Amino acid sequence: MARIDDEMLVCRCEEVTVGEIREAIAQGAFDVVGVKRRTRAGMGLCQGRTCEKMVQQLISQELGVGPHETGSTSVRPPVRPISYGALAEGVF
Amino acid sequence: MLNKQLLIVGAGPAGLAASIEAKKAGVKDVLVVDINMKPGGQLFKQIHKFFGSSAHRAGVRGMDTGAAMLKEAEELGVEIWLNTACVGFFDERVACIEKGMPDGSKQIVYMKAEKIIIATGGQENVVRFKGWTTPGVMGAGAAQTMINVNKVKPGNKIVMLGTGNVGLIVSYQLMQAGCDVVCLVEAAPGIGGYGVHASKISRAGVPIYTKHTIKEVKGNGPNGRVSEVTIVEIDPKFQHIEGTEKTFEADTVTLAAGLKPVSDLVRLQDIELVFNGPFGGWVPTHNEKMETTCPGIYVAGDTTGVEEANTALEEGRVAGVSAAEALGAISAADAEAWRAEIWTRLDGLRMGPFGEKRAIAKKEVMDAFPGVAEA
Repeated sequence: MARIDDEMLVCRCEEVTVGEIREAIAQGAFDVVGVKRRTRAGMGLCQGRTCEKMVQQLISQELGVGPHETGSTSVRPPVRPISYGALAEGVF
Repeated sequence: MLNKQLLIVGAGPAGLAASIEAKKAGVKDVLVVDINMKPGGQLFKQIHKFFGSSAHRAGVRGMDTGAAMLKEAEELGVEIWLNTACVGFFDERVACIEKGMPDGSKQIVYMKAEKIIIATGGQENVVRFKGWTTPGVMGAGAAQTMINVNKVKPGNKIVMLGTGNVGLIVSYQLMQAGCDVVCLVEAAPGIGGYGVHASKISRAGVPIYTKHTIKEVKGNGPNGRVSEVTIVEIDPKFQHIEGTEKTFEADTVTLAAGLKPVSDLVRLQDIELVFNGPFGGWVPTHNEKMETTCPGIYVAGDTTGVEEANTALEEGRVAGVSAAEALGAISAADAEAWRAEIWTRLDGLRMGPFGEKRAIAKKEVMDAFPGVAEA
């Protein structure tokens, strides 16, 4: 059943809505990484810095688990955006 | 590859204090990197006087503390790279740094640091409501930077969500900057911050709506900017009570919904974390030296749990002393005595109705520390 806030954006970088995240959870996602793999939430420019907490809240609400049981985004370098120039020089 | 004795990530109160203490203790080679154009973290936007006792710089404005620390760090010969991001750590404490050059370009530098202090601070939380991505919705801290550092008004008619000390102080400073603060909105039944700040706002005739939240923000202003804000009363389960809506004309919404620790660099290492609600989420565990489970890597400030500038500063000092000890610049006994003095001040900062919760949270984080891993 569609809910009143289903259209609301959660991940603005990748334009993922509350409804899409609820659907991912219904399909079996139980942590932030599971939601990310299904919806791309947290894969944009900010790498989940803005939406991670909101995704955690949704998982927490939908599955009735504590915030510490919802996981967090995986971290790998570069942790801040770097220039194409740096990439072109093959530093990573 | 460059070699450094001590690399400090973050030039806020924690990072600067760490660099000063390490230098004073005799470490020769201290580098602080910061992603921003100016050092000082959030200190330079804190134009208000801090509370507490004289040992904690009570009555001194945050920006003056920042200026004094920056001067001291420079006089002691601390090297500071600005517009510089530490973008990764690799094995054996090798940091990958995107260094900001004087001409504005960037250069990738690999650096092996004998000791590392991570003081990357905190980040503002977002709140979700219909229209939260509308231009004109921003963090309260961002609005504070605009008025106090950049001298730009974020808007003219502002609705503040949240009445913790950030919400209250920034509301008052927005009024001082010439903005019309329409109202403050708070989900809890009572005001979150100090009564003295709330009274200043109430005396100015600005209403504070407790047990309320933002229902919707409309973006019919120029370029889709915020045009009106609808708030609604909520029940004890935080559900909207229909029929209690109030709509205000506004062009800006500022969110003061707490902060979370910035822990991405910490998480790149095999540092053990612990979940702590009052501190804002996952934080690295550490011992009384501020050393993490990863040998030679220390943490300080909001990265280890969101508190406030004075606590960050004192934790930075502890980390600086400990790194100096580990580098052999001072004896273990001297370092121990130095740290004991700082910890007495830290304990003092974590007292009172607001501080006690932080004292308990800090104890939990430190009690979870399993010891430094074998190098």
